[in-house]
Amino acid sequence: MSANPPVLETREVTIRFGGLTAVSNFNISVPKGSIVGLIGPNGAGKTTCFNIITGFYKPTQGDVFLEGKRITGLPPHKVCEEGIARTFQNIRLFYNETVLQNVMIGGFVRQKSHWWMPPLLIPSCTREERELRDRAMALLDSVGLGKLAGEISSSLPYGAQRRLEIARALATKPKFLLLDEPAAGMNPQESQELMDFIKRIRTDFDLTILLIEHDMKVVMGVCEHIWVLDYGILIAEGNPEQIRTNPKVIEAYLGEEATQNA
Amino acid sequence: MKTPNKSRDLTLTTAAVGLLLVFLWWANGHLDNYKIQVLNLIAINSILALSLNLIYGFTGMFSLGHAGFMAIGAYVSSLLILPPVQKEMIYILQPLIWPFSVLQAPFFIAVLAGGFAAALLGLIIAIPVLRLGGDYLGIATLGFAEIIRVVFTNLTPITNGALGLKGIPNYANIWWNYGWCLLTLFFLIRLINSNFGNVLKAIRDDEVAARAMGINTFKYRVVSFSIGAFFAGIGGALMASLITTIDPKMFSFLLTFNVLMIVVAGGLGSLTGSIIGSAVITVLLEWLRFVENPIDIGSFHLDGIPGMRMVIFSLLLILIILFRREGIMGMREFSWDSLINRFSRGGEAR
Amino acid sequence: MSLDMFIQHLFNALTLGSLYGLIAIGYTMVYGILRLINFAHGDIFMLGAYFVFFGVTLTKLPWGIAVILAVALSALCGIVIDRIAYRPLRDAPRISALISAIGVSFFIENLGLVVFTGLPKPVYRPDWLVEIITLGNIRILPLALIVPAIAFALVMGLLWIVYKTKPGLAMRSISKDIETTRLMGVSVDKIIALTFGLGSALAAASGIMWALRYPQIHPFMGVFPGFKAFIAAVLGGIGSIQGAMIGGMLLGLIEIMAVAFFPALSGYRDAFAFILLIVILLMKPTGLMGEKLEEKV
Ligand SMILES: Nc1ncnc2c1ncn2[C@@H]1O[C@H](COP(=O)(O)OP(=O)(O)OP(=O)(O)O)[C@@H](O)[C@H]1O
Ligand SMILES: [Mg+2]
Repeated sequence: MSANPPVLETREVTIRFGGLTAVSNFNISVPKGSIVGLIGPNGAGKTTCFNIITGFYKPTQGDVFLEGKRITGLPPHKVCEEGIARTFQNIRLFYNETVLQNVMIGGFVRQKSHWWMPPLLIPSCTREERELRDRAMALLDSVGLGKLAGEISSSLPYGAQRRLEIARALATKPKFLLLDEPAAGMNPQESQELMDFIKRIRTDFDLTILLIEHDMKVVMGVCEHIWVLDYGILIAEGNPEQIRTNPKVIEAYLGEEATQNA
Repeated sequence: MKTPNKSRDLTLTTAAVGLLLVFLWWANGHLDNYKIQVLNLIAINSILALSLNLIYGFTGMFSLGHAGFMAIGAYVSSLLILPPVQKEMIYILQPLIWPFSVLQAPFFIAVLAGGFAAALLGLIIAIPVLRLGGDYLGIATLGFAEIIRVVFTNLTPITNGALGLKGIPNYANIWWNYGWCLLTLFFLIRLINSNFGNVLKAIRDDEVAARAMGINTFKYRVVSFSIGAFFAGIGGALMASLITTIDPKMFSFLLTFNVLMIVVAGGLGSLTGSIIGSAVITVLLEWLRFVENPIDIGSFHLDGIPGMRMVIFSLLLILIILFRREGIMGMREFSWDSLINRFSRGGEAR
Repeated sequence: MSLDMFIQHLFNALTLGSLYGLIAIGYTMVYGILRLINFAHGDIFMLGAYFVFFGVTLTKLPWGIAVILAVALSALCGIVIDRIAYRPLRDAPRISALISAIGVSFFIENLGLVVFTGLPKPVYRPDWLVEIITLGNIRILPLALIVPAIAFALVMGLLWIVYKTKPGLAMRSISKDIETTRLMGVSVDKIIALTFGLGSALAAASGIMWALRYPQIHPFMGVFPGFKAFIAAVLGGIGSIQGAMIGGMLLGLIEIMAVAFFPALSGYRDAFAFILLIVILLMKPTGLMGEKLEEKV
């Protein structure tokens, strides 16, 4: 790896909920500009890792670094300010708001004007809001949602909601993007489009992306490096080929199926 | 999406405000005192409803503390506009302490001070209480309002205790009330339609997602709560000067209930709804007074039934919640576009 | 303060605390199951008192029967309120049911005003309840012994129902997970109705005893005891029956003793409970006996 620090690094991250150790000794290092994956059976602790990285959970132990800066224990909004954005496993849009409003809310974190400025008709604030609106529209156009800007977000079809959630995350101008099961509920054609989409936003927005995914075709198709989590423990890592043939990984997934069939 | 026609809307809005002013000027000269009083109450209730709607309808914080903020606004402003001689006369239990005994301010400043005092209290309350969510927040804010009432009953050297304040100068005429109402409306329209307004709605819709989007949800809940408290204080200050007599008993939970009723009936998350709701509910409440007054129809005499008004009123709230939860407007707002569209479509149909 | 005085205050606190506790149980059971603050609960307490004392003077029913009828009627009121004003809102946002509850509360109070008039009514008390007993220098009303004893018996009965009978099991199961319980074939609505019935019966019992202890009734008499009992339920840990009783006792103790030791504070008495509420919510939102609920993201 080059002299640049990794965009994201976790060191010995462990979290316990009461008696349950949901994640233990989680060590990953994500190089700049890469698309990497985190996989594992249901309940392995993947979403929990996301929640730790984005500040929703405080790890019992260990540290998280963003470009070499320690961000452990920062509240979620600070983490976002530092440049990490995320989507949620079960889509969480602002459902009473329009598509455009959703994206503008994402842009708020980079807004400089204060809350009391709009009522006082401060010109700089009006200008900034207009720019923000234009940027949000441009972003929506670039993800193919421009035509739907005025629709209430809850009325969107499922695939478009996923896309909007990603667009909203992009509006926060992140360096590092976390996607929690972006292909869930998509048909093969939609997931193919999603894969192209993910690759495209990486270059367009100069991003590093970590994604959780159960759809192996998507994982193998976009990820350059993959970590495998089982019962909160990293059991393997490597490129898609290595992961595909790793007996431990196969066992973890088969074990899950065996118990499910039992 | 249609591009909004800005200059046309501005013209129409200016015309509408002008029309309102002409109407008020006419009303002031031609209507009887009782009707003018009702018009005044509509303006003040609008301010109160708009402020509660900001807190509950737009930011999703279920607050039952409005009466407390109104009490603060009412007392602060009344103490500033009561002439010192008058103060000396009404404080018979214990004299009013300095500096309140000599402080004096013009009406506008006094009302503003009432608003700021309420906002300050809102801020102080918000910081501990807004960590709670949902119904616990409701109960805690209700608790604060009750504490304020008890404190005002006992703080005789400042509030004149249970006797309250009498003979407050009646400055709150139709111009002041509607002036403040329009100011509140303007402030809130600008606020809600800005991106900050979007952020408040985001916090209401999904706080977790809002935090993930880099929004310091706690901070902005505090801001929204304090702005709401500010306008509640303004409303209380105007109310005190309109009815000229206040005491701690007046600021009970019932007062909050009335405002809540207006907000729910008008539509949670709709400024338009709060204005329409204020007009409808205020008129309805006044109209319902007839069931409490004795009536004579020919030789037939009906005794008034005290309490009947609130029976009908609370029944109405239950019915709204059960059968039309979105109220009159839901989350929709008035816009010239929709009005014009409706007119032109109506024209085509005919 | 002399020891005798202190003991007398203690008995007063015990009485007041039992009365708060009995109301608090209804709040805690309903909240445990529906996550609803049943604002109208304090008004059931008022109705219980009116049913007895209005009933006795109007119909000349014997005392015992009037009490039983009043408790049953109040239980019925609780069930009807749930059926009409809360059940249709089970799937609505939680605050909707709360607003409905506030509406019901104002409705009952003002209906009380219409039917019973706003004038406080004195309560006739049988002599044997108010003949002061002297034990050495301690002078107490028989009520101060009877009220806690009845409250204790009622709570024991309730605990028996909740822990030893099938409907009780269903109740506890609903409060853990309403959906699963429904899937297991339990008629959830009936069990919820039973919960409202039991809670309302206890509130009515409390209202009747309250009217004997502080012999005056009026349509708004339930408002403050209601608020305070809810606070007692939070104090004890919402969802816990024993907690509600303990919370009630603590609140009774604090109110009586604070005023006894610091008479200057007597004007602030109605604020104590609310201050206490805010302090608990901030320090230990789960109350003394409650379980912790974590929010999942
Ligand atoms: N706040 C919490 N409190 C208690 N336990 C939790 C909490 N959050 C997660 N867990 C537990 O941690 C474990 C890992 O959950 P997590 O949601 O991270 O799994 P996952 O790998 O994302 O699974 P899936 O593929 O189903 O999304 C589970 O057993 C879960 O119950
Ligand atoms: Mg997950």
